Amino acid sequence: MAATQVLRSEWTKIRSVASTVWTLGLAVVVTIALGMLISILSKNDYDNLSREDKITFDPTYISFAGMSLGQLAMIVFGVLVVSNEYNTGMIRTSLAAVPQRGTFLFSKVAVAALLAFVVGIATSFVAFFLGQAMLGEYKAHLGDPGVLRAVIGGGLYMTLIAMFSMGVAAMLRSPMLSLGILMPFFFLISSILGNVSATKKIGRFLPDQAGSKIMQVKSPFDDDTPYGPWGGLGIMVAWTALALLGGYVLLKKRDA
Amino acid sequence: MIELEGLTKRYGEKVAVNNLTFTVHPGTVTGFLGPNGAGKSTTMRMMLGLDNPTAGDVRIDGKHYAQLKDPLKYIGALLDAKAMHGGRSAFNHLLCLAQSNGIPRARVHEVLDTVGLTAVARKKAKGFSLGMGQRLGIAGALLGDPEILMFDEPVNGLDPEGIHWIRNLMKSLAAQGRTVFVSSHLMSEMALTAEHLVVIGQGRLLADTSMSDFIRQNSRSYVRLRSPQRERLLDVLHEAGITAVEAGNGTLEVDGAGSEQLGELAAQHQLVLHELSPQQASLEEAFMQLTAESVEYHAHADHQPPTTADPGSAPPPGGTPPGQGWGATWQQPGKGN
Repeated sequence: MAATQVLRSEWTKIRSVASTVWTLGLAVVVTIALGMLISILSKNDYDNLSREDKITFDPTYISFAGMSLGQLAMIVFGVLVVSNEYNTGMIRTSLAAVPQRGTFLFSKVAVAALLAFVVGIATSFVAFFLGQAMLGEYKAHLGDPGVLRAVIGGGLYMTLIAMFSMGVAAMLRSPMLSLGILMPFFFLISSILGNVSATKKIGRFLPDQAGSKIMQVKSPFDDDTPYGPWGGLGIMVAWTALALLGGYVLLKKRDA
Repeated sequence: MIELEGLTKRYGEKVAVNNLTFTVHPGTVTGFLGPNGAGKSTTMRMMLGLDNPTAGDVRIDGKHYAQLKDPLKYIGALLDAKAMHGGRSAFNHLLCLAQSNGIPRARVHEVLDTVGLTAVARKKAKGFSLGMGQRLGIAGALLGDPEILMFDEPVNGLDPEGIHWIRNLMKSLAAQGRTVFVSSHLMSEMALTAEHLVVIGQGRLLADTSMSDFIRQNSRSYVRLRSPQRERLLDVLHEAGITAVEAGNGTLEVDGAGSEQLGELAAQHQLVLHELSPQQASLEEAFMQLTAESVEYHAHADHQPPTTADPGSAPPPGGTPPGQGWGATWQQPGKGN
């Protein structure tokens, strides 16, 4: 079984269902639109900021504000790519065609991740440029220190969040269960844990909090995060690898 | 060729498939028969490597399923007509399967044509009727032009035209020298298509025989006789050169003589008959009896009501239903007093 055959097959699968277009489309639109909106609001509010806040004002990160919502569409994309196999019964047809379950799962993840990366990086650049345009005189430039890293990091962040969701969906199989856990976790629980001082030290090791560090150019004043931008991304990569490994182990031993 | 050896599947305490050993030979349609819940689908899923056996082994042309390079070129299976993504078009569904096994795109058009779905190839599968879904599933099975084909209950829910089409398809595939393995819970359906028969009940192998042998053994017609003058009747039959078999409950069964002949014979000798009835065991009955035995205790289950002709005689040894044997009532005297 040549892996290239399976990759081509997975590409056909992913491009031939409507959910791919609308989940990725939604991720693009929401991330960019919300980023622009918050950039406008930030610009208008700039004069009211304290002196400290003006120093740590991070126009790059502000233009990525839409990702908090856009990532949810990326999660739906990741979940559906995998769980579509299960809730339709397609999994039995797929595994009869490709009995090497590792090849099957990782080809699927590779194709979906590549697509998520292309869409993610494009979204990230567009969100940055349009966000900066809205920020007017306070804008950052791509050549400024750390900015290019943050913009590329935005694309990586979206890719990793989709891959993490694929791993979770491979473990749980049901799309409802997967989304029911992932959506509230990333939209609510993670940010609550990260903002309550008692749980902050744990919260910042969660995949989204650690991963989003790469999109920051300037750190807040009281920042005592024990990792840098790439360290944070590394933590997110570790979470993603763990989720995919879990999905692989369960797929390997489970009856289809 | 598919070889099963001691194949067993256990779900916790429940044994779904129990030590199945049989071989599916090429060039014939082999029917895989059993009542609902007998373990047919579980067995087929294990054949395809989808479910892991608890014990035992399945080999396809001598190899494990996972060892097959491009398995769709060896074995094509229709397990479940709905085992596809409803939002994908028929063409794309087949294309992704073809690509995963290195099958050229042109073959997708060919099989769509074979099953008669070319006109709806670009339509989404969720709009398909059951019959169309079944045809698409069969197209997927044919995709790799495999030597072995496996169909799980292919005629379920199909209209007569669809059933007719599938029967002919299976026969023509076998005539091309392919191995065809098809499951059903309907004996009558199998009688029309299968040449060989594997019967399971409660996960156990009950029969592995050719269809013609099964019919010869099981579709016997005979006449049942019951008379209070049983001894004289036997003498009369013997003199006429007719062999009668005692079948318990004071009944006699006669093969090879019509009920008219027997009735006239009895009248000539002024014998009283309480019963004179021609009997025909259908294949369906034979199958039901075979599989019912896998559920019940007794090897012989005669569903005839207890006789009233001879009230003085002791109850027949085989007539006591299971569970009410001598041991089951030992507590009753104590309860009554």
